Amino acid sequence: MRGLVAIAVLLTVLTGCGSGGAEKKELTVFAAASLTETFTALGARFEAARPGVKVTFNFGSSATLAQQIGKGAPADVFAAASPATMKQVSDKARVFARNRLEIAVPKGNPARVAGLADLARPEVTVALCAPQVPCGAAAAKVLQGLKVTPVTLEQDVKATLTKVTLGEVDAALVYRTDVRAAAGKVEGVEFAESARAVNDYPIVALTGGLADDFVSLVLSEQGRGVLTAAGFEGAAG
Amino acid sequence: MRSARPPWVLVVPALLGLAFLVLPLAGLLAEAPWSTLPARLARPQVLEALRLSLVTATLATALCLVLGVPLAWLLARAEFRGRAVVRALVTVPLVLPPVVGGVALLLVFGRRGLVGQWLDQWFGVSLPFTSAGVVLAEAFVAMPFLVISVEGALRAADLRYEEAARTLGASRLTVFRRVTLPLIAPGVVAGAVLCWARALGEFGATITFAGNFPGRTQTMPLAVYLALETDPEAAIVLSLVLLAVSVAVLASLRERWIS
Repeated sequence: MRGLVAIAVLLTVLTGCGSGGAEKKELTVFAAASLTETFTALGARFEAARPGVKVTFNFGSSATLAQQIGKGAPADVFAAASPATMKQVSDKARVFARNRLEIAVPKGNPARVAGLADLARPEVTVALCAPQVPCGAAAAKVLQGLKVTPVTLEQDVKATLTKVTLGEVDAALVYRTDVRAAAGKVEGVEFAESARAVNDYPIVALTGGLADDFVSLVLSEQGRGVLTAAGFEGAAG
Repeated sequence: MRSARPPWVLVVPALLGLAFLVLPLAGLLAEAPWSTLPARLARPQVLEALRLSLVTATLATALCLVLGVPLAWLLARAEFRGRAVVRALVTVPLVLPPVVGGVALLLVFGRRGLVGQWLDQWFGVSLPFTSAGVVLAEAFVAMPFLVISVEGALRAADLRYEEAARTLGASRLTVFRRVTLPLIAPGVVAGAVLCWARALGEFGATITFAGNFPGRTQTMPLAVYLALETDPEAAIVLSLVLLAVSVAVLASLRERWIS
């Protein structure tokens, strides 16, 4: 008999979670890993302005997030690091920020990397994002014509940056915002060719109400302020 | 053989548990793109990742055998202070998130790591981003499986055979080689198989410590993860291959050696 009770409890726990949606006070935002700092800050502002509302984030690679949403993950807002990835989820997205690549080097720049061409020097170890993820696609675009042999192709931009932070590689191509966020641990080297592959960040509200409000906040003057402070460029339109 | 009829309060949760473990695997089979499967499997990147996985897992197992069997012997047979602590430390990689293991390996064997910086300066050897780094990451995560199995076998082994050999004049090393090892062989093989299977599936420590580069450090689990970014069907195919290899090895060897 006690076993029966245990099973009943277990089944209640397993099935019960989904059925209690009385008033929606929680907002779930799926966002590209490169938005971790800015969106966390914006989420705190959003919560402060609306007492009782809880914003939860799922940060990760845009492609992974898009697939999770495609498979039914409960996202209210989706912000991706690439329009192509966003297309898998929605056509109604709006570009809210742009990001460009920068070379991240360990403090002191031991390999004296001054520009993109230095990455092709054989003694310079380089980490890149895998071509399957947006930062890797952007890297491939700016490196066209240069013979750069990376030691690793990382699964996301944060993992790529970590290899620089730990001093395991001499240089990595990451977003300018990532270099800015890791200031003090890495140094950034800007290069003119980065204009060749500027990444657009689109955002979409997948549900109404709070989700629309959050998107409005991101698109607002206030949102733009947070984003540009982190190194993003404002969207043209 | 007594076959007691188990009470249903045990059978029901047992079946639920079984379903919980097996259903996700069945899901892989159900979703697999069977028509394009052969073509996808024959792709050079897949074969390269599979070959690298098999080679590194085997080398990692060899490394674990060389270091792990003596370690297990120490834990089972030697009396020393702090043995409980040592045993706990040995099993830490079992519960440690593999990514943490990878970071720890970087801090020690990385280019600027405690040991790695000297390896780099003295011998010009750098382990991260190499196949050797993959072996190291896999061995770190898999060795506890071997040590636990072998230690268990050693504890269960009858000490009287070893004592008899000693009284007949055999040296300690001879006793270990000629008596102890054959006595615990099934335990060693079982541990090695578990160790190999764990090494084959290793992901977190590998991608953190060894990075991801096709042909050099991109093992099957890494290939699965990256395939998921662009081509989920390819990821399913790769997962099926890993699953098939793991099940085949675990099933064939476990039946024969453990029991």
